[in-house]
This record gives sequence, C-alpha cells and structure tokens, in this order.
Amino acid sequence: MLYREALNRALDELMEKDENIVILGEDVGLYGGSYRVSEGLVEKYGEKRVIDTPIAELSIVGNAVGMAIGGLRPVAEIMTANFSLLAFDQIINHMSKFHYMSNGKIKLPMVVRFPQGVSRQLAAQHSESYEQMLSAVPGLRVISTSDVNHAYHALKKAILLDDPVVFIEHELLYNKKGEVNFNDTMDPFKARIVKEGKDITIVSYLKILDDVLKSVDAIEKELNCNCEVIDLCSLNPIDYDTLAKSIEKTSRLVMVEEDHKTGGFGSQIVSWVAEELFYSLDAPPLRIAGEDVPIPYNRKLELASIPTVDSITQKVIEWGHKNGL
Amino acid sequence: MEKLIAQDIYYLMYLGRAFEYKAKEHYMTGDISGFLHLDIGQEALSVASMKAFEKGDVFTTYREHIMAIARGMEPKYVMAELFGKASGVSGGKGGSMHLFDPSHFFYGGDAIVGGQIPNAVGCAYARKYQGNLEGVMVVFGDGATNGGAFFESLNIAATHKLPILFLCENNEYAIGTNIKRAAPFREQYKKAEPYMLTKAVDGMKADEVYNAIKEAQSLLEKGHGPIFIEAYTCRFEGHSMSDANLYRSSQEMKHCKAKDPLPYFKNKMLTEFNFTQEEIEAVEKKADESVQEAVEFATNAKEPSLDALYEHVFYEELNNVVS
Ligand SMILES: Cc1ncc(C[n+]2csc(CCOP(=O)(O)OP(=O)(O)O)c2C)c(N)n1
Ligand SMILES: [Mg+2]
Repeated sequence: MLYREALNRALDELMEKDENIVILGEDVGLYGGSYRVSEGLVEKYGEKRVIDTPIAELSIVGNAVGMAIGGLRPVAEIMTANFSLLAFDQIINHMSKFHYMSNGKIKLPMVVRFPQGVSRQLAAQHSESYEQMLSAVPGLRVISTSDVNHAYHALKKAILLDDPVVFIEHELLYNKKGEVNFNDTMDPFKARIVKEGKDITIVSYLKILDDVLKSVDAIEKELNCNCEVIDLCSLNPIDYDTLAKSIEKTSRLVMVEEDHKTGGFGSQIVSWVAEELFYSLDAPPLRIAGEDVPIPYNRKLELASIPTVDSITQKVIEWGHKNGL
Repeated sequence: MEKLIAQDIYYLMYLGRAFEYKAKEHYMTGDISGFLHLDIGQEALSVASMKAFEKGDVFTTYREHIMAIARGMEPKYVMAELFGKASGVSGGKGGSMHLFDPSHFFYGGDAIVGGQIPNAVGCAYARKYQGNLEGVMVVFGDGATNGGAFFESLNIAATHKLPILFLCENNEYAIGTNIKRAAPFREQYKKAEPYMLTKAVDGMKADEVYNAIKEAQSLLEKGHGPIFIEAYTCRFEGHSMSDANLYRSSQEMKHCKAKDPLPYFKNKMLTEFNFTQEEIEAVEKKADESVQEAVEFATNAKEPSLDALYEHVFYEELNNVVS
C-alpha cells in the first residue's frame, strides 16, 4: 500500500462508521485531492461530507473549528503547508485555545492535515516546513508521519481523539510503499524506535528520516558503531521518555531535520538534552538541519539547502571522528 | 488601436504561445522542473493587458511568463529562469512562478493565491503619496476572488481612492474547481460593484482587452480611483504540468478552443489593420526565431554557483549599517 492510500484507507474506514466525520479543503472532492489522499471519497460519501472549498484557508480552518463546536468531526486539508499561514490566526488563536480558555467546556475534535517540505523545485513559496512554529503552540497536538503503517494508525487516532490535531505529512512520501499491519497495537502518538543500536541515538521525523536510514550503513561502517534511529512521530507533546532511555544508553545524540536550523524543531530536543541529560553525554549533540535561507528553485541549490543522504553521512562521520568514535 | 500596436500584440501573442510550447517540451525532458503553469489560450489577455497598461506598476501570479515578456523582459532571460540558470531574471532561484524585474516595474510572480493583491494596494498608496497616478495593475484569477485578501483590498483601495486597476482573469477554474462550485455566481466583478467602477470584457479578444485597459489607465491618471475589470478567458492546458485536466470534458475543451485568441486576432490583422499574409508570416518567423534563441540561450547558460544559496537573504551587510 502507498502512504497516500494508507491515509485514504484511514479516512474511509472512519467515515463509514461515523457520519459526523466530514472532510473539507481545496480540490479534496471531485478532483480527489492534490496528492490523491481523498480520492474516491466524494463518490462514496457525497458532497455534503467531502466539501470542496474556495481558496480560503482561514475559513477552512475557521469553519472546521465551528463544525467541531457544532458537533461534527472535521478533517480539514491544507493543500500545502505554506498556505496554512493564511490560517494561522485560526490555528493559533482559536483551534488551540478554546479548550483551555473555556476551562475545558469546549472541546474540538478536529484534524488539520498538512502536506509540507521540500519536494522538487517548487521554490520558496511551496517548500516550507512549519512544525517548529506549530509545536510551540500549547494546546495543539502536532503529529508527523513518515511511514505507511504509522500513517494509517496515526491518522485514525488523530480523528478519533477529542483534541485538535495538526497532522503533518511530507509531499515526497505520498508514493512511498509499505505494509499496513491492521492489528498493530502501537501507540502512534509515541516515538518509534525504527532501528535499535547502542552507540549513537539519531532522532528524526518525516521524510528526512528515510535519508537518515539510508546513511546509517556508511556511518556504522566508518565509525565502527551502532546507531539507534528514532522517529519522533509526536512533535507536541514530545515523547521524552523514549528519547531519554535511548540517550542514556548511547550517550550520543544526533538530531536530523529538514526545517531551517535557526529556531528549527530540533533545537528543542537539543536544549532539553542539555538541561536534562548533560551528564549522560559522551559528546556534544550534533544538529543537522536546513540552511537559513528561503528554498531556491535551482535543483543544485535546492539540494544544498537541506540535509541529504550524503551530507548526513559526511557530517555524522566527521562529528564521530572528532568525538572519539 | 494603432497598426503598430496591433502588430506588436500579434507578435507577442504568437511568441508567447511558441514560448509556452517550448517550455512544455523542455519540462518533459527535465530541463524545467517544479510547477509550470502554461498560459496557452489566455495570450490575448496576458499580452493586451501589458501593452495597454504601459506605464505604472504590475503585480501578478505564477502564470506569468507571457506577461513578463509582454512587459519587456527578454524571452531568453525568462527561459533561462525556467531552466534555473544564473542568468535567469531571478538568478535561477525563483523559477517559473517567480519572475521579477523592477526595471520593468514588474513585481512577480507571486504563488500564494491572492497574496499579491494587498501588495499592489500598498504600492498604489505609495504612488499616490508620491503624486504619481499612472496606476498599479494587479492581475489575479477567479480563484483569488473568494479569499479575504481580495475583499480587504477592495475596501482599502476604495476608501483611499487609490490609483489601482484590479484585473481578474476569469478562466472559470481554480485548479479543478469550477467557479460555480466555489462562488454563488460566475461574474466576479459583482463582488467589486459596491466599491468601484467595474467592467467585464471578452478576454479572448485582444482588442477588447486593450481598449478597456487603455481607458481604465487614463481614468486612473485623472484621479478616478480604483477600477475593476474582469476578462473571461479559457486555459487550453491543465492547471500546471502536474494536472491531467480530467475534470473538463472534451466537449468543454472544444468549446474553449473554438475561442482561440490567435486566429481571432490574426483575422483582425488581415481585415481591420490591412496586413498582408506575407507580413504576418514575417512577424511569426521573427517570433519563432526569438523563442529558438531563448531555448539555446537557456540551454547553454551557466548554473548558479553554490555561493548563490546564501546571497540575497538580506540586502544589507549588518556592518554597513550605521544609525
Ligand atoms: C493561498 C493559496 N492557496 C492555495 C494555493 C494552491 N493553488 C495554486 S493555484 C490555485 C488555483 C488558482 O486559481 P485562479 O486564481 O483561478 O488562477 P488560475 O490558475 O486559474 O490562473 C490553487 C488553489 C496557493 N498557491 N495559494
Ligand atoms: Mg482560474
């Protein structure tokens, strides 16, 4: 099954069971979704439940908040993360705060789905990542998914939950292949240990996690070591327990992310490690992230603006040599 | 319309279409990547609007290659940008959607739907402030007229009586969504009516577009305040190269292509402007050569250096700034 099919399957199964679930967004209905995640659903559930909206992101999220208040369970789709900026007022001032401001009297069972990241030469206004901003908003659950099985289970949980969730997908993952284990009992809102190891903890999420996995062989060979790779999955709240166990075991942390380095999401992980696990460390943490520049169109420059398999491999090896590995 | 202008418009429409087909071809071969939005079918609107609005400033969208060329940018530098080359109008960092050239008072190339409209309003404020009423033209699609930025802009432009021309290219589609499914009516000028003078024209007819915009600019110059023109048009291709155009029936496409702006204007050239067949062929030949030259230039142009990645994040080096 493909990543986008797993997401589609999750939507379909839940919509079949609960008619309060509605989908809204630009081109989600007749067009089938720009990444085909909602393909076939308008045919099955009708235009009342799969709503093609005008290009009006503020209203997409704002209406979803109102629908949730009114008793529905909306799943809103933002076509690309950059356009969500038009909806940030609704996401931050409304979606994230109503539960708290009302002292718990209002709940918002809603999801905003969010394709993001550097795809292929889409240039500065179509390539951004916003997990660092979103995860800094109290009251908003932020989930990222990098894996087909996880995508299926995580989206289902996000929809069933009575909290507002921003659900981050990566544009380059939609055609990723994988198996779904329908009987999986994992908690998709906890960090996943994707590969076990004892010498270096590499923390990542979304698409760049795949690049980490592709670089691990070369790193292990060169440094004669064993890497543990963790997929964060939940960016707010963060599963610190899983991270602490791993870092206490390996004594080394590498954080790999695609967003811009300054203020990037991984700075939270590294600052937490500095505060809480300083004495467990054998080496200063290494952070590998995107450059502090808007994403350029030219392919060569685009690739130079974000971590790649090659740059991850090279940076981790260099850091390993410098730090006694 | 004068004969020379008619010739120029036909030249640019013909060149624009040839340019777009070449861009399409080079997208297939991988020389061009990312999102490529072709303007085929909408040439009359793109060319005649730029030719009529010769003075002033222009803000537009991502479907802007032909507008950029009609505004005066050389096809070879536009093609080089599509190829991501250093000599492209945006140094290869913007690509197809982000063509900028302040020397032609052309400010993008904005790919956030509706985002350019408030920018144009701000620029119109600046121009009025400077005592310049040549005006600002902002071009946007029927997809932008459902968003907040659009409504806010109508209100502000009208309140301040700004010298701005809102030009809506209504091709009835925002990607796969027909305007009738996104708004209660097809005619978007109705939304502007309470605020300003409005006019609707056939966007497939270059002469109609030209005359309407010429007239509008002269009104702006007289201090008339904001004007809204809606032009009905039709794109012949998918929304971008990533769109298979499956939501329009062959019947609908046939209807759309029957309004082809090129044969219409060619006929005008022959009948109203008294061009001969040979003269028209000469114009076409010149346009073909220009496009061929553009492709060769773009193919042979250099890639940006890696240093370019860090250039132009900021304009000023901090140590140059003294307070
Ligand atoms: C704020 C925002 N939302 C969504 C998109 C994705 N998008 C790009 S073009 C487009 C359709 C725009 O249609 P229209 O304004 O009619 O222009 P046309 O493409 O027809 O020229 C959409 C939805 C975007 N670029 N920006
Ligand atoms: Mg349109």
